[in-house]
Amino acid sequence: MLTYDLDAEGLRGLNEALQKQTQETNETQWEVVNPKGSHAIAVGLDAPIDVTVHGSTGYYCGGMNQQATIRVKGSAGPGVAENMMSGTVIIEGDASQYAGATGHGGLLVIKGNASSRCGISMKGIDIVVHGNIGHMSAFMAQAGNLVVCGDAGDALGDSLYEARLFVRGSVKSLGADCVEKEMRPEHIALLSALLEKAESDAKPEEFKRYGSARKLYNFDVDSNTTY
Amino acid sequence: MDNKTPKTLPIQSATFTPEVNAEIRRAAATGIYDIRGGGAKRKVPHFDDLVFLGASVSRYPLEGYRETCNTKVTLGTRFAKKPIELDIPITIAGMSFGALSGQAKEALGRGASAAGTSTTTGDGGMTPEERGHSNKLVYQYLPSRYGMNPNDLRKADAIEVVVGQGAKPGGGGMLLGQKISDRVAEMRTLPKGIDQRSACRHPDWTGPDDLEIKLLELREITNWQVPIYVKVGGTRPYYDTALAVKSGADVVVLDGMQGGTAATQDVFIEHVGIPTLAAIRPAVRALQDLGVHREVQLVVSGGIRNGADVAKAMALGADAVAIGTAALIALGDNDPKWEAEYQKLGTTAGAYDDWHEGQDPAGITTQDLALASRLDPIDAGRRLRNYLKVMTLEAQTIARACGHNDLRNLEPEDLCALTVEAAAMAQVPLAGTEWYPGKPGTGY
Repeated sequence: MLTYDLDAEGLRGLNEALQKQTQETNETQWEVVNPKGSHAIAVGLDAPIDVTVHGSTGYYCGGMNQQATIRVKGSAGPGVAENMMSGTVIIEGDASQYAGATGHGGLLVIKGNASSRCGISMKGIDIVVHGNIGHMSAFMAQAGNLVVCGDAGDALGDSLYEARLFVRGSVKSLGADCVEKEMRPEHIALLSALLEKAESDAKPEEFKRYGSARKLYNFDVDSNTTY
Repeated sequence: MDNKTPKTLPIQSATFTPEVNAEIRRAAATGIYDIRGGGAKRKVPHFDDLVFLGASVSRYPLEGYRETCNTKVTLGTRFAKKPIELDIPITIAGMSFGALSGQAKEALGRGASAAGTSTTTGDGGMTPEERGHSNKLVYQYLPSRYGMNPNDLRKADAIEVVVGQGAKPGGGGMLLGQKISDRVAEMRTLPKGIDQRSACRHPDWTGPDDLEIKLLELREITNWQVPIYVKVGGTRPYYDTALAVKSGADVVVLDGMQGGTAATQDVFIEHVGIPTLAAIRPAVRALQDLGVHREVQLVVSGGIRNGADVAKAMALGADAVAIGTAALIALGDNDPKWEAEYQKLGTTAGAYDDWHEGQDPAGITTQDLALASRLDPIDAGRRLRNYLKVMTLEAQTIARACGHNDLRNLEPEDLCALTVEAAAMAQVPLAGTEWYPGKPGTGY
């Protein structure tokens, strides 16, 4: 285990050290102490390494991650795992707004709650939130899966494209063009696998699925009050 | 009434012109706003309203063909380890693969590279072709983040965080279904054939404090190697420039309302934003007030057409300019040789702007493979190279005539205005006077 004291050694050194790890590295276990809410911790990684951050992080922790597994033993600030391509980011506490924004792949697990705009513009990432999510989540979500074991706030899935949304609790309101959809066996199987990977014991059968009604995909004069 | 009674002549309304009436009828028939490409078409105060004061007794000129006049410019000297060094101060503005054909993107890369300047990606990500054909490529980081990935980010020579553009400040991009081909759809993670409406603001930051952190993240991911530009549409240039500097921009790109877009609402293009001419001086003043003029470079775009425009923008304080529409025309856009086909589309050469429909006879603003194949990227790239060279020679001609051995030595004192409006916007004297509206100490 390699230990990096962020407070003492600085952000540039940490990211440089993590980013230079390669596929063949044997320095696979890292821990970061004294993060003190710093921004841009462990961004742009591209190697199969494990990074544990002991404490809470600021903006964009794990941004654009590829391959790495990043675990935050605390809460995460805005834009955690933004534009993640692959790998896994796990937040033991809560996450602020824009969690997983524009993510193209990988898995983001939030053990607590996520604030507004969780999964905004997601493009293939899987996000599992053990608690609740805030308003405007999955706004313009294009692809991937957003799983919410608690409740969802206002305007869930507004203007979304082909992303799948699974919510176990209540949904305060659905956004434009977002509708409830049938849970078919393939969705149960998909959800089951995601919940297991996310270390959740929630039952897939307890969830409802939401997705795009696809009525805003092309301009239509009779839909223009929703544009 | 007999035939001998004098009659009034029919009078067309200056308010309800034939164009206005046609648009009312079109709107009534369709129920949807007009969508088109390009920038503002209506006449607004522009660089044509300024002229240079050549050297005479009070200043002496440089020899037009013998004395050197530097055109090189370096962008991104504030924080980047590897600033961009350009041979000429004319860059190619961001235009996407999707809006443009693959051949057109390749031609832009070829032409820009041959002229020693940079080209820029657009909404939709970086293609291997444009990276391969562009010696210096600026990667746009847009609200949609279509095709955004760290591997391409690291291949870029600079990153341009797009906050807005002159054609539609406050609006997102638009690419209608006709142009969402299989490849475009895959690059943007969208269903084929949908009408794509890009986000108007970034999904993971709001305001200058957030932007500062976003720039930190981008620099951390790219090892502080490449410059980061911040592009804004011309609206409140003083404050936008100041806040971009505060956020950590290496370069500010300022795009006036004549700057083009692939597609958006006509009402947006014509009625939101300010002319390029009006945007430059407030932006320069912001840089000067912060003590970073020339340290943070200013790139101006929107209606740049020739070397005179380049020289005027630089005299007003820009470090470089960017061209989009003009570059497309150099490639072959709106060429009269396609007039018969423009007529079939209900338009005429020079006026064709339904770029979103993907039926461009010149093969530039299309994803139709047969139309796109009409554009030879090598020939088109050569035309762009030639055009960039001519613009540079023209700008040098003017600079030498004003006594400068470097384009960046051009200054506002080299200019005067032909109209009161232009004098007010450019803050240079009305020709034959020492006055412009708002001049300090004049009382009005």
